[in-house]
Amino acid sequence: MTDREETFAKVAQLIAPFNKKGIALTDATSFAGDLEWDSLIVMDFVASVEDEFDILITMNMQAEIETLGQLVDAVEDLRNEG
Amino acid sequence: MTEALLNPMDPADDPLPDTIPGQDLFSKFDALIAEREALLDSGVRDPFGLVMEKVLSPTLAIVKGKETILLGTYNYMGMTFDPDVIDAGKRALDEFGSGTTGSRVLNGTYQGHRECEDALKDFYGTEHAMVFSTGYQANLGLMSTIAGKEDYIILDADSHASIYDGCALGNAQIVRFRHNSVEDLDRRLGRLPAEGGRLVVLEGVYSMLGDIAPLAEMVKVAKKHKAMVVVDEAHGMGFFGANGRGVFEEAGVEDQVDFVVGTFSKSVGTVGGFIVSNHPKFEVLRLVCRPYVFTASLPPSVVATAATSIRKLKYAGNKRAHLWENSKRLHLGLRELGFELATPTAQSAIIAVLLPDQDTTVRMWQALLELGVYVNMARPPATPAGMYLLRCSLCADHSSEQVGEIIAKFEAAGRAMGVIS
Ligand SMILES: Cc1ncc(COP(=O)(O)O)c(C=O)c1O
Repeated sequence: MTDREETFAKVAQLIAPFNKKGIALTDATSFAGDLEWDSLIVMDFVASVEDEFDILITMNMQAEIETLGQLVDAVEDLRNEG
Repeated sequence: MTEALLNPMDPADDPLPDTIPGQDLFSKFDALIAEREALLDSGVRDPFGLVMEKVLSPTLAIVKGKETILLGTYNYMGMTFDPDVIDAGKRALDEFGSGTTGSRVLNGTYQGHRECEDALKDFYGTEHAMVFSTGYQANLGLMSTIAGKEDYIILDADSHASIYDGCALGNAQIVRFRHNSVEDLDRRLGRLPAEGGRLVVLEGVYSMLGDIAPLAEMVKVAKKHKAMVVVDEAHGMGFFGANGRGVFEEAGVEDQVDFVVGTFSKSVGTVGGFIVSNHPKFEVLRLVCRPYVFTASLPPSVVATAATSIRKLKYAGNKRAHLWENSKRLHLGLRELGFELATPTAQSAIIAVLLPDQDTTVRMWQALLELGVYVNMARPPATPAGMYLLRCSLCADHSSEQVGEIIAKFEAAGRAMGVIS
């Protein structure tokens, strides 16, 4: 697996507890549209991603992220910076 | 907003559907309007449309012709009808007129505004005090001005809307930590880059659940990571600490807190907001805080009542003791009846009763009102974790008999609604 694939797999694992409908996950999966998450779930989920990768995803960055692919890219960027 | 993953600032701000060009801009609210109509059609009274026809005292009002005990006003110290406070307001109205018609930085600073700031400096023992038109604006002003694009604001996830809105108004990088978690705060501060200033935003009392922050530990962690600290004492002022300054006084961290934000709309008993600080450059905020500059200042009668009330609050030790007694008694009484409460014991003068859903909450709220007790109803998105709450806030002027009556009425309403057995 490439680094990105590994990150994707880890993020997908973190999504699982919140993926009540068992939606199939791809780069294009959108959090609000496909997963139908509200802001409370988003907050919990983002905190778990931050802790898993030891990064900070500011609310400013969060506002730009709509899909799983965008999130994985952001995580990759943050890990490479750190 | 499109399918925002991650809603911009306020957790209360879940994405609304897009409006297509040419469509009525109000159509995005259709779901909310329908939900509200369905609720009212079920025959209940509108919990967000109550009118106080007469107010008899800090603890009694007439609602729909009926004498009602007020248990949801944040009028913690019962200052709204204090004779000295009323006198001061009347005098200022006579001597200075009904309003300033101007910004604090132009024609809107009167002798009374200066005296009100002096009363705050004395109350808090600080070098500086700045009075805003509301507490909401004080938070808007501080958050949006003090931290620039390269700086970080680190805030509790359950922060008040005015804090979130202040962040949205400014350009700083915003980081949230889990509510009241010292460890989570520490971890997030530890992940910040070396560059950029840091402001940690805390509240003494969180008003939805009435829980207090572990300020001693949190401030210590913030200082370890070289952050400035602001504590919003909206619900702590008047009640906590030997001088009534707030939870931060009781926690013994006064010398490490950089700013305290507060409001006149709760213990002080009027309207207005403030920031106090010892920072040597604090006064520059008067020139750069837009929510201070671009709005009219408080009317002379309001600052006169605020100043008088603040001077009296300093010496209100007996009232503080009685308010604690009331809070502990109500908490114990409701707990013994079998109500589920948001905190294991009374931590503040806010006692929040947890209910399973909107329907039960509204019916319970209405049953209490019909028995003559007014409480606050709170529901998502204002509440954390999607809770439905009836929030009680006690007043130092509630008599022991009134607290007894309140508990009896909760029992009657709770039984009738099947909330307790
Ligand atoms: C924590 C907190 N901060 C600020 C405010 C705003 O205060 P004000 O009513 O003066 O705008 C409130 C009250 O609504 C509050 O609960």
